[in-house]
Amino acid sequence: MSIVDTVLRLLLAVVVAPWVGMLLVGLDRKLSARLQGRVGPPLTQPFYDLVKLLAKQGDTTSRFQTACLALFLASNVVSLALVLMGGDLLVMLFVLAFGAVAYIVGGFSAKSPYSQLGTQRELLQLLTYEPLLVFLAVGIYLRTGSFLASAAFSHAEPLLPEMPVFVLTLIAVFGIKLRKSPFDIASSPHHGHQEVVRGPLSEVAGPSLALVELAHWYEVVLLVALASLLWASPIWAGALVGLGCLLASIVVDNVAARLTWSWMLRFGWLVAVPASILNLIYLYATRGGGG
Amino acid sequence: MNLIQKARMKSPWVLHFNAGSCNGCDIEILSCLTPVYDIERFGAVNVGNPKHADVLLVTGPVNRRNERVLRNLYEQMLDPKIVVAVGTCASSGGVFHNCYNCLGGVDKVIPVDVYVPGCAAKPETIIEGVILGLEKLAKMPAKARPGRQEAKAESAEAER
Repeated sequence: MSIVDTVLRLLLAVVVAPWVGMLLVGLDRKLSARLQGRVGPPLTQPFYDLVKLLAKQGDTTSRFQTACLALFLASNVVSLALVLMGGDLLVMLFVLAFGAVAYIVGGFSAKSPYSQLGTQRELLQLLTYEPLLVFLAVGIYLRTGSFLASAAFSHAEPLLPEMPVFVLTLIAVFGIKLRKSPFDIASSPHHGHQEVVRGPLSEVAGPSLALVELAHWYEVVLLVALASLLWASPIWAGALVGLGCLLASIVVDNVAARLTWSWMLRFGWLVAVPASILNLIYLYATRGGGG
Repeated sequence: MNLIQKARMKSPWVLHFNAGSCNGCDIEILSCLTPVYDIERFGAVNVGNPKHADVLLVTGPVNRRNERVLRNLYEQMLDPKIVVAVGTCASSGGVFHNCYNCLGGVDKVIPVDVYVPGCAAKPETIIEGVILGLEKLAKMPAKARPGRQEAKAESAEAER
């Protein structure tokens, strides 16, 4: 990879990605509104929300939580940069988990009971989606022989036909990471849904909340990029897979009600994890000499 | 209009508080969210957390029980913020204006920016009231409000 290429990919991850994420979040709100028979906000609505939050009085009950949220944002940016620059998927997962843990520690640092309760549920969400992402990385390894994202990007054949289960688990991961029904048990973004006020974000306001919104934009692009690894060449097919997963999670969000954390854990560990393992066994059994 | 003013106009997050209303105005406020009026097309979101809200919609005449709650919610909201008194009761106390347990209007407790008339107030009127308030909100500096002490001093003076 030449220096120019590296710089371009870095710019793509750090500068271009949040704008794409903003439009995707706007599309999410617009689409949800249309599915409910409403006109919905303009596509650029998340941008106005961010500017407004940044221009509010900076007041927070816990500065430590703001620092944790800054770490959460940074980890999302670094994770995305790692994927787009073809880095190691396992390192990316560690960085991502670090950000999630920073978010949780920040949530526990606020004294509000809503924050405490929401953060405990956030931990359960982490427990549900984390193994699914690790299995995805292992699946990619079994086919490409490498944990590097660049190996998946340069893999000639699409991985998706042999890893169909991972599309379904990715849709669940989208739902959990983007806090969508039926997985929006810790907090619920926008759309006027409410759950334990805003969970870990109950005590976060103004510019600190803007950090979370920005991190959310990066998070959406990161998830789409992860899903696109399943059909990485040509890249537009990968983008379609990623956007398809996002679309599916939006539709599920609108047709499903919020369920309980115990249902989510059961779904994760009794359905999604065994299904992923079955797909991994298939990949292992059918790998050729070069795999 | 600069970017911050435009963003404030286009992203009002609304907190709704019932200060002893008969529920008539509250139903009208919630109907603003339905497909018929759909205030989310203006970026408005009904939030449950005062720390995230820009606009406080209050219904009801305010009584001695919920006065404390109303003031607490108002103080938890970050500046800049506006208060919209929805309905006749919230504006003046309405038919409860001389009840011994009622204070007779939201402005007896916290400063009010817009008074929305009606019993119950119509959704169209509520939306117009919020937009009037937003024009005021957009022009506010980050810390526009008198603090709690000053507001208290003002109300004490008014009582005298």
